[in-house]
Amino acid sequence: MAYVPPKKLAHDAKLLLEELKSKKEPLTPKDRISIPPQEMPAQNPNDRNENMNEVALGYFAEQAKLEAMRCLQCKNAPCIEGCPVRIDIPAFIKAITQEDFKKAIGIIKNNSLLAAVCGRVCPQETQCQEPCTVGKSLKDVNKAVSIGRLERYVADWERLQKNIAEPVIKPTTGKKVAIVGCGPAGITVAADVRREGHAVTIFEAFHKTGGVLVYGIPEFRLPKKIVQEEVDFLKKMGVVIKTNFIVGRTRKLTDLMGKDGYDAVFIGSGAGLPRFMNIEGENLVGVFSANEYLTRSNLMKAYDREHADTPIFDSKIVAVLGGGNVAMDAARTALRIGAKEVHLIYRRTESEMPARVEEVTHAKEEGVIFHILQNAKRIIGDQTGNVKAIECLKYKLGEPDDSGRRRPVVIDGSEFIIDVDTVIVAIGNDSNPLIKQTTPSLVTNKWCNIVVDENCKTSIDGIYAGGDIVLGAATVILAMGQGRIAARSINEYLK
Amino acid sequence: MNKIIEKIQLSELVYQLKVEAPLIATERKPGQFILLLLSEEGERIPLTISDADPKKGSITLIFQVVGKTTHLLAELNKGDFIANLVGPLGTPTHIENFGSVVCVGGGIGAAPLYPIVQGLKNAGNKVTVILGARNKELLILENKMKASSDELIICTDDGSYGRKCLVTEPLKELCEQNNKPDLVVAIGPPIMMKFCSETTRPFNVSTVVSLNTIMVDGTGMCGGCRVIVGDKTKFVCVDGPEFDGHLVDFDNMMNRLNAYKKHENSDHHQCHIDLKIKDKE
Repeated sequence: MAYVPPKKLAHDAKLLLEELKSKKEPLTPKDRISIPPQEMPAQNPNDRNENMNEVALGYFAEQAKLEAMRCLQCKNAPCIEGCPVRIDIPAFIKAITQEDFKKAIGIIKNNSLLAAVCGRVCPQETQCQEPCTVGKSLKDVNKAVSIGRLERYVADWERLQKNIAEPVIKPTTGKKVAIVGCGPAGITVAADVRREGHAVTIFEAFHKTGGVLVYGIPEFRLPKKIVQEEVDFLKKMGVVIKTNFIVGRTRKLTDLMGKDGYDAVFIGSGAGLPRFMNIEGENLVGVFSANEYLTRSNLMKAYDREHADTPIFDSKIVAVLGGGNVAMDAARTALRIGAKEVHLIYRRTESEMPARVEEVTHAKEEGVIFHILQNAKRIIGDQTGNVKAIECLKYKLGEPDDSGRRRPVVIDGSEFIIDVDTVIVAIGNDSNPLIKQTTPSLVTNKWCNIVVDENCKTSIDGIYAGGDIVLGAATVILAMGQGRIAARSINEYLK
Repeated sequence: MNKIIEKIQLSELVYQLKVEAPLIATERKPGQFILLLLSEEGERIPLTISDADPKKGSITLIFQVVGKTTHLLAELNKGDFIANLVGPLGTPTHIENFGSVVCVGGGIGAAPLYPIVQGLKNAGNKVTVILGARNKELLILENKMKASSDELIICTDDGSYGRKCLVTEPLKELCEQNNKPDLVVAIGPPIMMKFCSETTRPFNVSTVVSLNTIMVDGTGMCGGCRVIVGDKTKFVCVDGPEFDGHLVDFDNMMNRLNAYKKHENSDHHQCHIDLKIKDKE
């Protein structure tokens, strides 16, 4: 879809809304479906690929209202089924049509603490928006009601009001809960457990809180101010946060319970162990895991070359390997830091890409060059050990594999070379082995993921786990979903 | 926030800091390191823990001024705070009674070597220490090493103290003896560790080296510290920092250490300019 300037989107929405006012209330389903899907206003692609500011600007009020009016308020609400934390989606959208935003955000917050985050980073097209009746009738999931954009709209509305409702906290129980990792899972558990009156301490390995929301997702997709506000909210609730604290190293997990008097522990340490391709040349200078590249840029602010001490590689031509959100983030970061050309290499086709559709669109608009059905074979270095080029192979789609996606099959003799000076590997993460290494009795599977039951309880009594350390690299909302389950179990366990 | 409770300048560019870190002081083992970050805009750098006092709740860090962060660290004084300090990181040294062990420390490498010498000595080994430095002024920890080892051999490049030779010379002599060492531990500049490993290889003497590569998080998350060991890629922060010196690809490691050289030099230069301006004010 071609880029439409925000001004035009606002103008069109205003006109249409006027026009609809003349229609008889309530609108018929046909009227609703005929309202065009509202595009997300965004920074101009030619400007934004040179700055770190947020790309998506959020709906105009008229757009939010129109998009909300597209919802058919289905009795069976298939969207709720698609939401990992089961937000009452039709109800909050209805509140938007009534311009009762306070009610709308209240409904979301019954189930999700991080509305401003999830509205921005959830893969809605494979979750709540996938089964949407509007999308189904229009035979295009991208024309479903934009639930995520509406969620963001009301969450941002609340942030701008500056009177975020104080949560009610029950009287102190005298019980102590330790949370390992201040990412989406940990934040969710902290809030839910604290509300029951338990004392909560979060232990964070980094010097900053937010986990993947801070080190992984770039500023241009999720402003760090928003994450900071969520963490500040936890502090206001009385949650204690200890940064620079690596559970397993600074203090053993068992000591937290045995010696420090914690009654329960939640492990939400994330999936922090980057996978590499295991191909020739992967340790040349100029090859990075996406984790490293993004952590330098996001957490250490290396993109701000003038102020930050942490360096980031000076790249001219970059190859990014992978097709997920992290690959898109790395490719778009490279452009913003000054790369002249960024090639994204993915071995399946665009429809199999795990990235959010919006991120793929944005990456293309910004000038990332997509190479689908191609994959790296080896990385070629110069005499000094620096990356000089990448040799790739072409693929075609074969029979479906276990994941249901058609398996890419290599085309023999299809080798070709792209001259690059940087290669960023974004093919996923394995679970971090640190806690397992120092807590031998904790049962993990062969990928080092912690094994839990349906209540997110681990093999050790009183210890719960959730998020990527259990699921493998997944999403923010799935981590939150597990956090809610774990918090419920912990609150039950402490009764 | 970790308070500096003692600061000693060991040589022109080498400083020793005692820092309050009670939990790390209790948990740390020989071979482990910490990461520190001095400010929001700073860089996270790894430093080996060269000693600890669990009773006082302090750890000892020894560092050489090589870039902007170490320069700023050297500007801190007793009573100042290090904004962020995290650890202990890395897999501890494997310590047991091997028999006779030769520990080689080059330059600032003596600092991470010291707790290993102590550990090996306490485990009942006969420990010979070879300390090397460019000149007498740059030699550190001589007395502590002497107290913790059975024999101490000192070499300087310019002959200003001890033998005038590289550390590989006495190392080779020890390997040539009838009772050659059961283990060699070599810590120092990459080129020294490379040549120590080459020295012991023909004698088939197991050689452990401790690597100090570029790191961001230090917990296995970024992979920036990776090195080639044998035919495998290993992460220094979680798989190391100690590896079999005969299997490490030192040339690749040295290339990777230089990845940001240009940036580091200009940053350190700028840091000098900034500090001078501050002095004038």
